[in-house]
Amino acid sequence: MAAEGTEHTSIWGRLLAWALLLGLLSLVAVQLSRSQRGILTRGEAAPPFTLTTFDGTELGPADMAGKVVLVNFWASWCKPCEQEAEALQTAWEQYQGRGDVLFLGVDYADTEKEALAYLDRWNITYSNGPDLGTQIYYTFRARGVPETFILSKLGEVAFVKIGPFQDLEGITTAVDRLLEP
Amino acid sequence: MRKFPILLGLVLLLALFAGQAAAQEPTPSADEVNAIAKNLYCPVCANVPLDACGSAACVQWRQQIFDLLAAGNSEQQIYDYFVRHGPAVLAAPPPGGLNWLIYLLPPAAVLLGAALLWRGLSAWRQKAPPPRGETRKNKYSNMIEDELKARR
Repeated sequence: MAAEGTEHTSIWGRLLAWALLLGLLSLVAVQLSRSQRGILTRGEAAPPFTLTTFDGTELGPADMAGKVVLVNFWASWCKPCEQEAEALQTAWEQYQGRGDVLFLGVDYADTEKEALAYLDRWNITYSNGPDLGTQIYYTFRARGVPETFILSKLGEVAFVKIGPFQDLEGITTAVDRLLEP
Repeated sequence: MRKFPILLGLVLLLALFAGQAAAQEPTPSADEVNAIAKNLYCPVCANVPLDACGSAACVQWRQQIFDLLAAGNSEQQIYDYFVRHGPAVLAAPPPGGLNWLIYLLPPAAVLLGAALLWRGLSAWRQKAPPPRGETRKNKYSNMIEDELKARR
């Protein structure tokens, strides 16, 4: 009778150990698959996100609906970001009167003081905000800065630029294509 | 003219106090900054604590720690400030959600190992001694005993 009880306990113990092991392996598998998915690519639906700008304005999916949205990941410590800063601002000045184009600067892993100084130095006027919790960065599965995603009016990723834009034309060509009727 | 040395003395005395007052400014030392920085990781430099990281981002973050300390923030307030970049910036993740596994699994594994060891040792101790002649050692000692008995 005692032997039967011990055998029962042993079976449950083994089952528990296997269940724990499988649970842990599943967790590792999920994390691995997430990290291996790579950057968002053209044609994928853009993930919904809300950016709180440095002045406290919240820009969410409702503000982006029906617009071409350029999402630029940058940081004040990022030297390559400086290469495209002027071109991005010039492009924004071209589009800001239209109403159907939105530029969003997402400041990644930065300190606010330095970030504001950077925006001031490059006279950047389009909406910019810190990526609190680096959530937007991970939502877009970005890999570094600078990286730019241009979303179509339908909310799909239409253009991805890894690294800085070399000139103004690179930005306007990508945006204009999405503004064509 | 006679007052000149007195005036000079007063000026020197004032300069001395002014110097002391400046030295008493609450300036955080590099050690104080690094004591906090070693518990933080910037998202850019994976697995390198902030105090040992030389990237531009880390330099800015250390400066931010300096500024926050100088503004009178406590250590915990500084950690709370940096968590705005996500909990992954902390060397020790805050307990909660799946993070509990990190805190619970190692002690659970040690306890389980200890329990298994105890169980194994108990079973080993309770094992009955082998019957006479079963092992090789017993076999030969029995032969010697038998031989001795025969000679008596």
